[in-house]
Amino acid sequence: MLGIEDPFVWLAYVLSAVSTLLCVVYGIVNWNRGDDSVAAEDIEWAAHEAEARQSD
Amino acid sequence: MLAQAIGPFEVSLVVLYLAVVAYLGWLGYRRTQNATDYLIAGRKAHPFIMALSYGSTFISTSAIVGFGGVAGLFGMSVLWLTFFNIFVGIFIAFVVLGGPVRRMGHRLDAHTFPEFLGRRYDSRFIQVFAGLIIFCFMPVYAAAVIIGGTEFITAAFKIDYHVAVLVLSSIVAVYVLAGGLKGVMYTDALQGGIMFVGMGVLLVSAYWIVGGIRQGHADLTAMADQVFVGFKAIGHRGWTALPAFGWGKPAGLPADAPSPYDLWYIVFTTIVLGVGIGVLAQPQLVVRFMTVKSKRELNRAVLTGGFFILMMTGVAFTVGALSNVYFYKHEKIVGRIVGVTERADVIVKKERDVEKRLPCKLLHVDTVDDNEPDFHVIAEGLDAAAAILPKAEIRDLGDGRVEILPKATSFTRALVRKGNDWMLNPDSIIPNYVTSSMPKWFGILFLLTLLAAAMSTISSQFHTAGTALGRDVIQQLFHRGDAGGHGTHVVRLGMIVGIVVAVIFSYYARGGYIVARATAIFFGLCAAAFLPSLIGGLFFKRMTRVAAICSMVTGFVISGFWVLFVKASEAGAIGIVQRVTGGKNSILVDYPNWPVVEPIVIALPISALVAAVVSLLTRPPSDAHLERCFGGAKAAPAPAPQPVEVTA
Repeated sequence: MLGIEDPFVWLAYVLSAVSTLLCVVYGIVNWNRGDDSVAAEDIEWAAHEAEARQSD
Repeated sequence: MLAQAIGPFEVSLVVLYLAVVAYLGWLGYRRTQNATDYLIAGRKAHPFIMALSYGSTFISTSAIVGFGGVAGLFGMSVLWLTFFNIFVGIFIAFVVLGGPVRRMGHRLDAHTFPEFLGRRYDSRFIQVFAGLIIFCFMPVYAAAVIIGGTEFITAAFKIDYHVAVLVLSSIVAVYVLAGGLKGVMYTDALQGGIMFVGMGVLLVSAYWIVGGIRQGHADLTAMADQVFVGFKAIGHRGWTALPAFGWGKPAGLPADAPSPYDLWYIVFTTIVLGVGIGVLAQPQLVVRFMTVKSKRELNRAVLTGGFFILMMTGVAFTVGALSNVYFYKHEKIVGRIVGVTERADVIVKKERDVEKRLPCKLLHVDTVDDNEPDFHVIAEGLDAAAAILPKAEIRDLGDGRVEILPKATSFTRALVRKGNDWMLNPDSIIPNYVTSSMPKWFGILFLLTLLAAAMSTISSQFHTAGTALGRDVIQQLFHRGDAGGHGTHVVRLGMIVGIVVAVIFSYYARGGYIVARATAIFFGLCAAAFLPSLIGGLFFKRMTRVAAICSMVTGFVISGFWVLFVKASEAGAIGIVQRVTGGKNSILVDYPNWPVVEPIVIALPISALVAAVVSLLTRPPSDAHLERCFGGAKAAPAPAPQPVEVTA
């Protein structure tokens, strides 16, 4: 298959492409899903993160 | 010296690139002055920009040059690592781990990986211990990245390896110490974009050169009889076949002969598992999850992230393997022979003081009419090596020039000078391929690709190492309760110490696919020490502090023991095992296959088992602590975001 005789190497080649496809499909299906709200803890975390970055 | 070797155009291009990176860094930094900006800004950015940013952080010269070179040695079975990189490193990591890490990290106000673990288990010991591991061993991984970039500079611009180490390290050090992580998304996205274009061109051209996908693979399959004798002995069956699988050593082989199954364990425990699983417990990755703006952003990044990783590791490994076809069948070097070494004992393997050398005749060829050799190739093997090494075909073109067909494999073509010696260096395979097969403009693009890959990863590595020392070790031990300020200088100091150690390591460690091995050591160590505590902390409320401590210490100690006393290539290089065993490279040297098995295979299952058993035997965490980590059953509605001014 595709010039590769060993099925386990061919499988790795194909699975690399298939897993990429899985990522693409997952990303498209869930493009607008996921909690997008900002909680108080997120604001507090970001403030401390910015402090840490500025002091680095 | 460097400017003479490269030329003003190339230097200008690199300087222009560095200037653009600096400008974008400043731009991104200026635009995120308060915490709400920081949260909101990311939502306006294009997801493609975000994914490029992720990818450029986690793919480095280690993956492209180091593991690409390993594919040149061992073939397309390394593509299993690409599958693991995409499925485990992107899909599992982003879909399963990303959201919970981000949510819990924000709840616990954790800003580093050790701090995350320390607060999850309410343990200062865990934070300090994890910080020390990261600070002490991150330079090993960083060195792998530096060596990968250095090998390309050495091959492309014909400058001394040690000069190249210092040049690349200087660029990276300035970038890192100037605050490489600030405004990270813009710079990483630029770097990711360059990497994407560079690898895309490399893939298309590689298949074009070898006559297409099917033809290239078929030619590679047909080359199985060209496998280097040393690799055949450990189970190499060709570049499109898995290594021979089995355990032990068949009867009848000489006592000093290696097991014919060793390569299978090298490929699948070191290359595939060590790095493929180890990525889940990478401190930089975990911190990155905490800095994403929302779960939606993680979902979107899966799409482009998966494709980006395929274009990086998939292309590097495929091109690495196919480079054998190019060097054996298609490479033609046209120029003048400006030097001949009638007899050189080329180092093909080096383990501490023991070197395996093969005698051969070398040709030094000038292809650009400056009387300086640009290419060094093996003309033929001498004595017994005549049957092992390639015999180049030389055609006289009649005008003082010759056409040389090296008829080499990627390994036997990877000839580099090391001091007064010559050695075959697998980390030079990808740089050699690019230098020989591609036009010079692509060499510059590829240099920028590697510079981009190295800088984005290294800045993240040293920032992680610096904060591990400053925030997680020094501040926890000596300045508890001090939220900032005092740690700043220690973070800088930690970064400088890390850079110096990495540069020293890069300066002296070369050969024997060191880039891939050093990467695997760090990834494996992180997996064994951190992964059970990370997974347990995210998904099992019953996981206890004592269990996490026992698991981390067990994983670290077993990994360390294995590297120092069992894994022959690393233990032999470090040398302690030789004092214990009277000169042997492994305490299990008489037990076939064990000396090539990667520590992760032993240490990770044991540390996971320890985590589970000790959790069941110790008192569970308090409800109050669990609620702090996982949130209450009925979470209060989130207030509207208010701008929070940052106080410097």
